[in-house]
Amino acid sequence: MTTLDTAPLSDVEPSALTAVGARRRVVLRPLSWLTWGIVAFFFLNLAGIVGSVVVKSFSTQWFNTWWPAGFTTQYWVESWHEFDLGHVLIVTLEVSLAVVVIASLVGVPAAYALARRNFPLKRAVMVVFLLPVMVPPIAYGIPLATVLYKYNLASSLTGVILANLVPSVPFVVLTMTPFIEQIDPKIEAAARMCGARTFSVFTRILAPLLVPGILAASVLVLVRTVGMFELTYLTAGTDSQTLVVALYNAFYGSGIRAPQASDAMSVLYMLTMLVLLVVALRFVNPTQLVTRVADERRGD
Amino acid sequence: MTSATTPAPTRGGASGRPALSHRLAERGVDRTLLLLLPGVVFLIALFIYPFAYGLGLSFQPLPAHHSTDPLYNYKQFFHDPYQRNTIWITLKIGLPAALINVLASIPIAYRLRGKVRGKRLLTTALVIPITLGTVLTATGMIEYFSGTGWLNRILMAVHLTDVDHPVPLLHNYWGVMLSLIISGFPFAFLLTLSYLSGIDPSLESAAAVLGAGWFKRFRHITFPLLAPGLAMTFCLNFVLAFSVFPSAVLLGDGEGKTHVISIAAYDAAYQEYDYSKASTIAMIMAAVMLIVISLVLTGRAQLYRGSSGGKG
Repeated sequence: MTTLDTAPLSDVEPSALTAVGARRRVVLRPLSWLTWGIVAFFFLNLAGIVGSVVVKSFSTQWFNTWWPAGFTTQYWVESWHEFDLGHVLIVTLEVSLAVVVIASLVGVPAAYALARRNFPLKRAVMVVFLLPVMVPPIAYGIPLATVLYKYNLASSLTGVILANLVPSVPFVVLTMTPFIEQIDPKIEAAARMCGARTFSVFTRILAPLLVPGILAASVLVLVRTVGMFELTYLTAGTDSQTLVVALYNAFYGSGIRAPQASDAMSVLYMLTMLVLLVVALRFVNPTQLVTRVADERRGD
Repeated sequence: MTSATTPAPTRGGASGRPALSHRLAERGVDRTLLLLLPGVVFLIALFIYPFAYGLGLSFQPLPAHHSTDPLYNYKQFFHDPYQRNTIWITLKIGLPAALINVLASIPIAYRLRGKVRGKRLLTTALVIPITLGTVLTATGMIEYFSGTGWLNRILMAVHLTDVDHPVPLLHNYWGVMLSLIISGFPFAFLLTLSYLSGIDPSLESAAAVLGAGWFKRFRHITFPLLAPGLAMTFCLNFVLAFSVFPSAVLLGDGEGKTHVISIAAYDAAYQEYDYSKASTIAMIMAAVMLIVISLVLTGRAQLYRGSSGGKG
């Protein structure tokens, strides 16, 4: 692990002649500088994007200078009252907790059935569970919102929760299936031999073994639901919007308000997501936030 | 279900066939499958049914149009260049963005495929833009890329531009494109990295023992094994481009050069209150996405799909 500064272990040829090795070094250097340069450039701009919002939200006045004229928390207070952020945060909390609980209750048993049984229409059922994860939310969100409006469910908390459950239930199923597959079915068989019924097999045997998996799935669903813009935007009414939708509306309808107030809300949203991210990364590795392919080979 | 109530006969009973429940159980159908029921019913009610309903609705134009032609909405969409072009605009933003994201993530993921110090830190840092999402990225870009923002001030300080000609990165094509790269690149990188770490490193070591340099090893060993994964990454990244709605509104121009198909669908539903037209556009959107994905996946089927020594 000491030579890894510029070259990963597998880049070092085991049987390389010194001449070859020396030449390769020269070729390798600019390329590795280039790749790290791209990464650094990316993060520099990201820091600029995040930083300018944070600085702006605390500034008294900031126009055409490197740094604002002065700092104040006035716009934070204004933002809190103007956008009724207390209410928005409560709605966000209610929606995301409801989605996490319902998605787990519906998704985990389904994942169990999919992991343990082979049945004639299994492929079709798998497709039904895969589609909502693959199809972009805005494509099914509009027909879904139309249906919810038809049954007078949209513009309410129920509608927002139902809409957010559509990608969440399949997500729990797809995340949990590999977790359940790796539990030895003999353990369940043994419990049944000792006279346990299905319910106690679930609560006393499977649930404790599945706690890590359920936590991982819940935390991923939580992050996704708080960040889910399209479905919430299409179904939410004025008093059932979550933080991300309120944020979009603040910028979309800006003009009369001080931009600092909208930026304060951006920072609040950013902090919420970062807290969730820190919590999430205790249970899952970063790759799992983008894909359900758990990277089980990585041992660090 | 009549035979299910009779006691299960032993093998080769009177009828020569075991009970129905027994035969079903042998094929995996038993009461455990009831656990699937809530999930399947839920998705049929809230995904399949709305989709079918939307499809049906798209063939029923609003009475206000005085048309009984079921294809009226589709004809209108393809007849009106402003509507029709939304498809090209979406592709013109989505395809290059997906390509850039995938191409940029290959070398970086390749460098990080083994055990490298700081890998966990870097992957964690890259998750941040994904978690923040397109709305926050857009709001941040409004400050950072503005004419008086930090980026333009830096460029002015090094005399790459001047006060009267700030680099135009907002309210045009590039703004939308950049927002897609900022949230899409980390996504592509993390996927590529997970595909790369699924390739058995001993394959490369074997090539190295035979005297292949790093480029040959990448060209002939790693890349062919990685290519199917890259095709998948490209597809998923392209799907992200359809979620460009908030940034296309906040960062795009008002004249229609960034009038992507998702905006068209939204406007039809919430500005014109024409749900039939909105469903039509949503169906076209899904169709365009499926066409692009199936093209890429058809290409992917031509690639080597053998064992990569890992999980592949």
